[in-house]
Amino acid sequence: MKPADKQAYLEEYELLKKKGKPFFPYAVLKDSAMALIVVAVIVAMSIVLGAEQGPKADPTTTSYVPRPEWYFFFLFELLRVIKPPELVPLATVGIPTICMALLLLLPFYDRRPERRPGRRPIATTAGLLTIVAIAYLTYLGATGGSPTEIEMEVAPRYEAGKEVVVGTGCLACHKLGENGNDGPGTELTHIAQLIPRASILRSVEIGPGIMPSFRDLPPKKLNELADFLASLD
Amino acid sequence: MKLGSIIPAPLRKPAKPGESDAGKGAAPADLKISPPERPSDAQRLGERATEAPADVLAWVDQRTAASGLLTGMLYRKVPKGTNWFYTLGSATLFAFIVQTVTGVFLAMFYTPSATQAYASITHINNDVFLGQFVHGMHKWGSSVMVILIFLHMARTFFFGAYKYPRELNWVIGVVLLILTMTMAFTGYLLPFDQRSFWASVVGININGTGPVVGPYLSDFLRAGPEFGATTLARFYAVHMLLIPGAIIALIGAHLYLVAKLGTTAPPWLRGERPKVAAPVSQLDAGVEGDGAPPAR
Ligand code: HEC
Ligand code: HEM
Repeated sequence: MKPADKQAYLEEYELLKKKGKPFFPYAVLKDSAMALIVVAVIVAMSIVLGAEQGPKADPTTTSYVPRPEWYFFFLFELLRVIKPPELVPLATVGIPTICMALLLLLPFYDRRPERRPGRRPIATTAGLLTIVAIAYLTYLGATGGSPTEIEMEVAPRYEAGKEVVVGTGCLACHKLGENGNDGPGTELTHIAQLIPRASILRSVEIGPGIMPSFRDLPPKKLNELADFLASLD
Repeated sequence: MKLGSIIPAPLRKPAKPGESDAGKGAAPADLKISPPERPSDAQRLGERATEAPADVLAWVDQRTAASGLLTGMLYRKVPKGTNWFYTLGSATLFAFIVQTVTGVFLAMFYTPSATQAYASITHINNDVFLGQFVHGMHKWGSSVMVILIFLHMARTFFFGAYKYPRELNWVIGVVLLILTMTMAFTGYLLPFDQRSFWASVVGININGTGPVVGPYLSDFLRAGPEFGATTLARFYAVHMLLIPGAIIALIGAHLYLVAKLGTTAPPWLRGERPKVAAPVSQLDAGVEGDGAPPAR
């Protein structure tokens, strides 16, 4: 903004302010009404939706859904859109960091004096697109829960391992046959073609990348799980 | 009785010059000269009682000179066209206050230890008077605050309110947004149930994939190589002390700038220039004459 534009803005603002109303009581009244609505909504949500506890946290357990709070869904979904392992850091940290930097520096690269949304086509479009993208990713995250069964037919001796996979929430991140989310983890449908049993077991124990480590599962369950996955070729 | 007279004198709207309402809002009460006739004791007592608030305020004001600041704040003008969209910022502030108050009550009963955290939440929910209600307000209040902060940001974005001279306030706002999301992330682990536990494991791992600093960041968040008891203690301290302190300080700075710069008018409004071609600098010299110094 050129100094003349700044001066013009300040003068314009002074004029509009002269025509305005005092903060108290006019703005204060609106703010208070809004504050009441906010508190009423929170109270209503608390009464209707409550604050139920889930089962106690347990690293050795076999039933959980690793889902973040809903307003982080869009970040998690980003991982599903961008899957190749070498690009994962981009999705997890890169894109959010770049977006935050763009947001933070906005006043320093958008320096034109124009403020009307209709006359700032680039800014307005970018803003609307961001809202649509976040809403869409949130919707994907909300509907893509963790399935609770695997429809795949398996030999009876692998049933136990299949149950461990279902109960340990692997499907939140891995696709297996017709079930599970396709990403951010590798598809497990034919995992035995890709890596041997020992590597599968090691992956489950160390938890590569963003995958949690499952080393605290009972050894019996780990073995059943590895047997099952190693049979998928 | 006029409504205005309920407001203690030092906080009343400053009188316009030329409008002679002697002493209104000007002289501190204890400098007033009392009338010569002698009122009864009861009358005097009553009078003292009604003047007490004004006396106290005048006492504070003599020492702090705060009333000028306060009346300046309260009676400053908000520009023409200020509408309901402008309440989103204070709505966010209000949601934050709700989080603070309910959070303090939760902290009275919560135990940040991996072995006892879960049980202490059960205790809050089942035994503490209104415990589940307050817990629920805190839990859902976080969603409400996140929604409001995004709406407020959208408002300032589409109205172009981040432009000169309010750039710095936008920057502070973005930092507040990041801090608010960090609050949500660290708070999610505290109930220590399955959902929150595993989501936090994944969340920390996500941080760990970052280039260069990632592994250090995830080690810092976990408070060590293993996710466990130390992690909970660390999240608790960050959620309870570190970030709330930073948020409160930054909200203070944010609101200071709002008061100093004023809020924008809706971008589609244009100021009407007066028909007579008077330079704007003369307009400032009190044509409207509310006696206030040219507000900035
Ligand atoms: C939070 C999401 C998540 C969960 C839950 C998860 N994984 Fe993973 N998993 C991943 C990701 C992401 C990778 C790829 C990591 C990398 O290579 O950077 C992966 C990799 C793997 C691999 C190695 C694949 C390869 O191509 O090398 C195996 C095997 C695996 N997971 C099995 C499992 C099993 C079994 C479970 C359940 C016990 C599970 N995962 C739960 C995200 C997850
Ligand atoms: C804890 C969070 C926040 C609180 C409590 C808060 C509070 C407020 C309040 C009360 C106002 C006065 C005007 C209004 O309500 O619209 C305001 C203005 C403003 N806020 Fe925030 N805010 C917060 C976060 C943010 C964020 C995330 C941004 C943007 C990134 C932001 C940017 C601005 C700007 C640019 C203004 C000036 C608007 C104008 O003059 O029209 N704030 N804020």
